[in-house]
Amino acid sequence: MSMNKAGRPTSAQGGQSSDHPTFTGNKALQIEEPLIFEVGDVGKTGVDFPDPEPHEMRLGGLERQKIGLPGLTEPEVMRHYVRISQKNFAIDAGVYPLGSCTMKHNGRLNEKMARLPGFGDVHPLQPESTVQGALELIDTLAAWLLEMTGMAGVAMSPKAGAHGEFCGMAAIKSAQIAKGDARTVVLVPESAHGTNPATAALLGYKVRDIPAREDGTVSPEAVKEALDTDVAGIMLTNPNTCGLFERDIVAIADAVHEAGAYFYCDGANFNAIVGKAKPGDLGVDCMHINLHKTFSTPHGGGGPGSGPVVFSEAIAPYAPVPYVVRNGDAFSLVESVEAADGAHPFGRQTAFHGQMGMFVRALSYMMSHGSDGMRQASEDAVLNANYIRAGLRDVMSQPFGDQVCMHEVLFDDSFLKDSGVTTLDFAKAMIDEGFHPMTMYFPLVVHGAMLIEPTESESKAALDQFIATLRDLVQGTKDGDLVRFTGAPHHAPMARLDETRAARDPVLRWSPEAHAEAAE
Amino acid sequence: MADIKYTDDHEYLSIEGDVATVGITKHAQEQLGDVVFVELPEVGKAVAKGDEAAVVESVKAAAEVYAPVSGEVVEANGDLEGNPGLVNEDPEGGAWFMKIKISDKSELDGMMDADGYAKFVAEQG
Amino acid sequence: MRYLPLTDDDRRSMLADIGVQNIDDLFADIPEDMRLKELIDLPRHASELEVERQLGEMAARNTPASSAPFFVGCGAYKHHVPASVDHLIQRSEFLTAYTPYQPEISQGTLQYLFEFQTQVALLTGMEVANASMYDGSTACGEAVLMAQRLTRRSKAVLSGSLHPQYRDVVSMLSDLSETSLETLAADPEGTEDIIASIDDETACVVVQSPDVFGRVRDLSAVAAAAHEKGALVIAVVTEVISLGALKPPGEMGADIVVAEGQSIGVGLSFGGPYVGLLATRQKYLRQMPGRVCGETVDANGKRGFVLTLSTREQHIRREKATSNICTNSGLCSLAFTIHLSLLGEAGLMKLASINHANAVMLADALAGIKGVDVLTPSFFNEFTIRVPGRGVDVIEALVDKGVLGGVPVARLVPGEKNLQDFIIVAATEVNTAEDRKAYVKALTEVLS
Repeated sequence: MSMNKAGRPTSAQGGQSSDHPTFTGNKALQIEEPLIFEVGDVGKTGVDFPDPEPHEMRLGGLERQKIGLPGLTEPEVMRHYVRISQKNFAIDAGVYPLGSCTMKHNGRLNEKMARLPGFGDVHPLQPESTVQGALELIDTLAAWLLEMTGMAGVAMSPKAGAHGEFCGMAAIKSAQIAKGDARTVVLVPESAHGTNPATAALLGYKVRDIPAREDGTVSPEAVKEALDTDVAGIMLTNPNTCGLFERDIVAIADAVHEAGAYFYCDGANFNAIVGKAKPGDLGVDCMHINLHKTFSTPHGGGGPGSGPVVFSEAIAPYAPVPYVVRNGDAFSLVESVEAADGAHPFGRQTAFHGQMGMFVRALSYMMSHGSDGMRQASEDAVLNANYIRAGLRDVMSQPFGDQVCMHEVLFDDSFLKDSGVTTLDFAKAMIDEGFHPMTMYFPLVVHGAMLIEPTESESKAALDQFIATLRDLVQGTKDGDLVRFTGAPHHAPMARLDETRAARDPVLRWSPEAHAEAAE
Repeated sequence: MADIKYTDDHEYLSIEGDVATVGITKHAQEQLGDVVFVELPEVGKAVAKGDEAAVVESVKAAAEVYAPVSGEVVEANGDLEGNPGLVNEDPEGGAWFMKIKISDKSELDGMMDADGYAKFVAEQG
Repeated sequence: MRYLPLTDDDRRSMLADIGVQNIDDLFADIPEDMRLKELIDLPRHASELEVERQLGEMAARNTPASSAPFFVGCGAYKHHVPASVDHLIQRSEFLTAYTPYQPEISQGTLQYLFEFQTQVALLTGMEVANASMYDGSTACGEAVLMAQRLTRRSKAVLSGSLHPQYRDVVSMLSDLSETSLETLAADPEGTEDIIASIDDETACVVVQSPDVFGRVRDLSAVAAAAHEKGALVIAVVTEVISLGALKPPGEMGADIVVAEGQSIGVGLSFGGPYVGLLATRQKYLRQMPGRVCGETVDANGKRGFVLTLSTREQHIRREKATSNICTNSGLCSLAFTIHLSLLGEAGLMKLASINHANAVMLADALAGIKGVDVLTPSFFNEFTIRVPGRGVDVIEALVDKGVLGGVPVARLVPGEKNLQDFIIVAATEVNTAEDRKAYVKALTEVLS
C-alpha cells in the first residue's frame, strides 16, 4: 500500500480559537473598510462613456473646473459596499423586534414587480395616455386601502408617515378654516410618537398633552376634560405605542366630534388590526398608513417610506392634489387645485404623484396575502407578541400589569432594579446573542421602556429561542455577571460608540485636511 | 457672600446685589447626561420670569432653561459655547449660563435654599 | 401562505401557552360590535405567478422611457444606471435594515450615509449635508422653513422659474403656517428682477439653476443683494448631473442648496421614491432638518459612525423639533452614493458633457424646424421651445408618432394662458443621433 503521509491535518485538534490579534485588524469575514475617499481616485472611473460629439458650449460661462470626488472601478465598488454591508444587521439575518417599526419580511416578488419597466421606467410627466397602467395601479391600491379602512377618500402622495400626518392635519385645518371655525390647539397623548406634536407645531397648533390612565390607555374623561372650542382635533395612535388597543376609542371619537373637532388616528400600528376592524367604523377622520410597516415595503436603512392618508366624508374634499380619477376604463390625474372639480384641496405636498415604487410593492404584498392572508397576518402578529409576553411575564416587568397586548409588548426596567444593568446594557447584550434589540426608551412615559414587536414573520422556533435567550439574560443580571452587559456588545463589528464626542464636535463629512491630520 | 436660591425647574441663582448668576444644578446635569451644546441668550435681552432663556442639550435630551426672574440679561457665559462639557464638570461654578439684572426682587420669595432643594430632589426620587 | 411561518398546530399550542381559548380573545379590547365578522371584501390570497400576471398586465399598459425616443425632464430625468448599483442595493443587509439606531450593528448604513453626506457637500460646493430628504421638492419646502428659523423672518421670495410643483409645495406650507410669500411670474425668457423683491423682511430667496425652463443662472448677484439685506439664498437644482458641468451654488454664494438626486442612481419610477439633497454651511448646522451621521470612535478607539445632533429631531424635541421628518430616503441615497462612487469626478464630468452635447445638438436640430423657436440661450441638458399651437396637443400628436417629446409648460402651470405654446425638452446620454432624427421628423410632420 502506498500512502501520502504529507496531507493536511483533518482533525480539529489544537485549533481552539482565541482572541489572537491579527495583522490587518480584520477578523476573517469582518473586514475593515476605509471610506471611498481613502480608496478612490479623482482620475478614476467605473463607468465607460464614448467621447461626446463635437459641439458648441452653451453653459453661460459657468463651467465647473473641479469637484474633488473620487471614482472607483466596478470591482472596487463591489468590494467596498459588500464589505460595509456585512457590518449591518437586517431582517433577513435575524429577529429584528423593533417595536413600532414593524420589521416584517420583505417579499422579493415585490422588488421584482417594482422593477418592471412599465412601473420602474416611466416618467411622472409623460402624457397620461402613455401611463394608463401606472394610474390604474394607484387607483387599485387606493381602492384596496379604502376597503380595508372603511373610509371615504384617500391621498396617495405623502412620502412617509410624518408627511402623511401633515397631510391629514392640514386637511383638518383647511376644513375648519372653510367652515369659518379656525382652531388653535391639538390634543396629543403623552405616549405619542414625536412626529405627532412636531406635525401639529409645524401647522401652527399648540399642543395640549393628554395623560394616560393607569392601564396605559387614554380615557374619554381625560379627553373631554381637555376639549374646548379651541381644539382642532386629537392625534391618537391606535393601537397605541404601549401596544394596547384604545378600547374607549368610540367614546373618544364621539366626544371629539361633539366638540366640533376631528379625530386624527396615527396608523403606524394599523398592522395589528387589518381585517379585524375598520378605522372608519371607529369614528376616525384621517389616518395615515405606513406602507413600509403594514404592507412590507422595505425599510432600506431608514427609507424611503410611503404614507397614504385615508379620510372620512367630512375631510375628504380637502385632500391634496394630485389624485387619480377613474372614468370607465380610463384614468386621469388631477394635478392642480384649479382643476379639482367640486373639491377643495389644501394644495400640493410634493412634486409628482407619490412613492410609486412603494405603491407597486405594497399592492404586490396585498394581492399576495389577499383578504384572508392579511387577516391571518394581523392575527399572527398579535399572537406572536402575546406569546413573547407569556414567555417573559414572570421574569420581566410590565408597566401596566399583565394584560393582553396587540402586535407589540411593552416592558419597563423595574425588573433590572438594583442589578447595575440598564435597559441600554440589556439591549446591547442582546446584540451579542444575535438579536437586534427592541425599541428602547420609547414610549417616553414608561421608565426604561422596552417595546418588542416580533411581527407575523417569525416562526415559533425563532420565538422560542428569543424567549429562552431573554430569560437567560435576565438570569444573568441576577447572577452578577455585569461585564456581559455593561461591556456589551462584545462580539459586534464595533464596541459602543462615543455619541458625546460625535455631538460635541460634529464631523459630518470627510475632508482631506481634517483626516490627514487625524492620521498623523 | 452670595445668597443662593433654587427653583423647582432645577436652576440655581447666585444673587449678589441686584444681579443673579443663573445656571443649572448639579442634579440637573446628572439627569441630562453629557452636555453637548448650550444656546445662550443675547446680552441686553429683556426676559420675564418663566421665559425660555437658554437651551441645554445632551446627546439624548434637550431642555429649556427658563428665566427664574424677570430682568435684563447682562452677561452670558461664552465659555460654554466652546466647552459645553463644563456644565457637567462644574455646574454650580464655572458653568453658569447667564447673569440677569433682577427687576423685581419679590420674585425671589418662596424659592428654595440649598437644604430645601436637597429635600425637593430627594422627594422626587 | 408563503410569508407566514406559523402552522395551525403552532397557533393552537401558542394560544394554550398564553392561556386563552381562541385568537379573538386577544382582540377583546376592540369593541364587540366593531369587530369584523367576515373577511373584508377583497380578493383572497394569490400565488406569485398570479400576482406577476396581474401586475404585469398593468405594467404593460405603460410606455417605458427606454422603449421610445425620450425627451421628458422637468425635475426627473432618464439616465443610465450601472447594473452593479441595483445589485448592491438589493443586498439584504442594506434593503432589510432600518434606521441605524444601534450603531454597533449598523456601520454599513452609517458609513454610506457619511460618504453620501460628503459627496453631496462636494457636489454642491457646500460645507455640510444631511443624510437625505424625501425628494427635491420637499427639501425645498424644508429649506424655506430652515431659513425662516435662521433669520427669524417670515417672507420667502420665489423665482418665477422655480419648478412650479416646488413652488406649490412652498406656497402650501406658507398658506398653512401663515407666513408671507412673494412668487414672481413665470419667467421663460429669463428677464425677472428678483433683487427688487428682497427687503428687510425677507428670510430667503429661492432660485433654481438650471431653472425649470432649462436656463443656466449665475446666482452671485442675487446672493450679494440678499446678504446685503440679511436674507439667505436657497439654490435649487433639479438635475443633479448639471453639477458635473456647472459652477456649484456654493461657489456663487448660496446658503442652502437643495437638489433632486434622482438622476444619480435612482430610476424614474413614475415620480418616486427619489432622494432629496440638502446642504448648507457649517454655522447653520443646528437648524438643518433631517437625520445626520457623524464620525466618532468606539470604546476601543476605532473610528466609527453614529446618528448625531438628534436633539434637533422630533423624537426628542417633539413640538420644538426643526421638522417632523423621521423617515429619510435611505436606500435611494445608497443608490446615489454607489453610482457616484462609480462615476467619480472624471466620470461625472464626462457624463455631464455628453448630456450637454446631446442637448445642444437637439436644440440646433429643432431650431431648424419651421415655426419652432428655441428660447433658452444658455442651458445644460434641457431647454424650452415655442411651437405654433398648444404644447399639450403637440406632445399628444408626437406620442402617436412614437416620440415622447417633452413637457408642455401648460401641464405645470395650467392657469398661465400665455405659456400654452411652450414645451420643455430634455436630452441626456441615453439619446442617440437616431432619437434626435426621429424627434425632428415627427415634430416636422406634426407641425406641417
